[in-house]
Amino acid sequence: MSSKSYIRRPNRPLQIYAAIFLIVLYVPVLFLPLFSFNDSIYVKFPLTGFTTQWYVELFHREPVWAALMNSIKVGVTTSIIATGFGVFAAKAITRYRIPGRGPIIGFIMLPLVVPGIIFGVALLVLLSQLGVPLSLYTVTIGHIIVCLPFSIATLIPRFEGFDPSVEEASADLGENAWWTFWRVTFPIVFPGVLASLLLTFTVSFDEFIMAFFLSGTDPTLPMYIWGQLRFPQEFPSILAMASIILLVSFILVFIGQWINRDAQAKTLANEEK
Amino acid sequence: MMTQNDAYISIRNVNKFFGSFQAINDVSIDIRQGEFFSLLGASGCGKTTLLRMLAGFETPTSGEIYIDGQPMSEVPPHQRPVNMVFQSYAIFPHLNVRDNIAYGLRKQKLPKTKRNELVDEMLELIKLPKYGDRKANQLSGGQRQRIALARALILRPKVLLLDEPLGALDKQLREQMQLELRALQKTVGITFVFVTHDQEEALTLSDRIAVMADGRDLQVDTPTLLYESPATREVASFIGTMNFFDGKVTDVVEGTADINVKGLGQVLTKNFGPKLHPGDDVCIAIRPEKLNLTKSEPQDAGNKIQGLMDKAAYLGERSHFYVGLDGVAQPVAISAQNRQRSEGVPEEKRPVWISWEDNAFVVLEKG
Repeated sequence: MSSKSYIRRPNRPLQIYAAIFLIVLYVPVLFLPLFSFNDSIYVKFPLTGFTTQWYVELFHREPVWAALMNSIKVGVTTSIIATGFGVFAAKAITRYRIPGRGPIIGFIMLPLVVPGIIFGVALLVLLSQLGVPLSLYTVTIGHIIVCLPFSIATLIPRFEGFDPSVEEASADLGENAWWTFWRVTFPIVFPGVLASLLLTFTVSFDEFIMAFFLSGTDPTLPMYIWGQLRFPQEFPSILAMASIILLVSFILVFIGQWINRDAQAKTLANEEK
Repeated sequence: MMTQNDAYISIRNVNKFFGSFQAINDVSIDIRQGEFFSLLGASGCGKTTLLRMLAGFETPTSGEIYIDGQPMSEVPPHQRPVNMVFQSYAIFPHLNVRDNIAYGLRKQKLPKTKRNELVDEMLELIKLPKYGDRKANQLSGGQRQRIALARALILRPKVLLLDEPLGALDKQLREQMQLELRALQKTVGITFVFVTHDQEEALTLSDRIAVMADGRDLQVDTPTLLYESPATREVASFIGTMNFFDGKVTDVVEGTADINVKGLGQVLTKNFGPKLHPGDDVCIAIRPEKLNLTKSEPQDAGNKIQGLMDKAAYLGERSHFYVGLDGVAQPVAISAQNRQRSEGVPEEKRPVWISWEDNAFVVLEKG
């Protein structure tokens, strides 16, 4: 008898589809690192020769590093604040009987589907009406709005994946709400918190539209890259930088997924019950 | 009736509404100190809600709960002198067995050695001395159940609440745990309030049982009294099997009632409540094992009647028979132990004789 069940048996056409899907998705991206090592300022075939000169050049450009630091500052702040809000929102959504729960979740998740340009313009109008000068702070506010749904979506499975009676057990054993949160809830959702921090940092780090509308004189890295595209001689080092960002993003997202893997496994296991 | 001082836990006229649904309907129960007390009822009868109100996870809509004389309505769960064993056990998944058991000790600020001693004692008590470093996901259901118990008992609560703690275990383990639980309760002397839907389990374990249905407490009594003298038809049919008959009281003399029972004739019994008068219509009942079945007319029995064997079911150690009687709609259930080999089992559709001892019947309150 075959050990493969009806659902788990191999499916050839689906495998081919998956392969094509991955190729179409990632091959264009791979052109970035390819041309970043090409010995020519023009991005075209044939390749002329191997060089690391663009990477070296990149390391000597002050504004790149300033922009990178700006992006890291905004990203770290955004990820911490968005994840902090996300923890409370996810706990409230999964634990309490809230009237109008569905619509509230819908509103929280809205930034995922509303075009960033709309939020960007709206915030710009609001901030200028309030007389708030544009700066990295305003960019951070915009990024928190964009990142919050990502954080909540990452954390909700983590909260749903554990039995609410462990929180009751903690209360029953003499701990108040504060201690229960720190001794039980937080350690259990901690992998989700890490995953959320990484994901929201990545989203903020890549974000362009909000930054475009809301930044003042200090550009974030995507803003700086966009600014440099007008100068052809700068382009290869942009490719070099893009390759580095690509690599780091991949690593961060993989770490996030890996940390949160047992939560997803648990969610799957719950669905199978 | 119990006096107020006697009661260690006193549930007074408690009502609980979830929206318009009434989960608890004017329940008043007194539980004594050191007692193994069970709340028994079908699922949805309100027994778990009542237990959660004792723990403080739900608040009564009206009424009051006293524990050791203190009103509990303003006391949050973490300040109540009770601990609970959850139905799902609620073992902390991120902690090992030792840390699970020691969880509640944080506030006592004990030195580390003293703390370890207490945990070792508990591990010894629940017979898992070598399991201290195991993670929660490396434990079986029975082990989790014991750890949940140890985690609660280490705090020396005045009352231990148990929410169907044996429900998730298989039959064999369950019976073993029942014995251990009972022995443990005797050792530690803590008041146990135990929720179950399993009447056999409740009868085995409890000093007293409250039978609940639709949010009401129907009867609170010892297992023997509940089984032998159920107050109402509802209680009687929930605990074990019962044959019910309609009857009319013809006479009540010196504590014995003479009742004319439809299908059976005159029946004498001492088992009835205080208010019984000649001429009353009553419901009268008898347990299947209190009826004797014979193929021929029993010569030595005074109370007997002939019927027609309807169905026989062989269950190994015992057999169930259903006998039709003239004037009785439901066949009468009879349970007999199979002392002899089964050649003697009466065939279906044959006349048989039923007989019973004096006072085997119990008169139930109408309703």
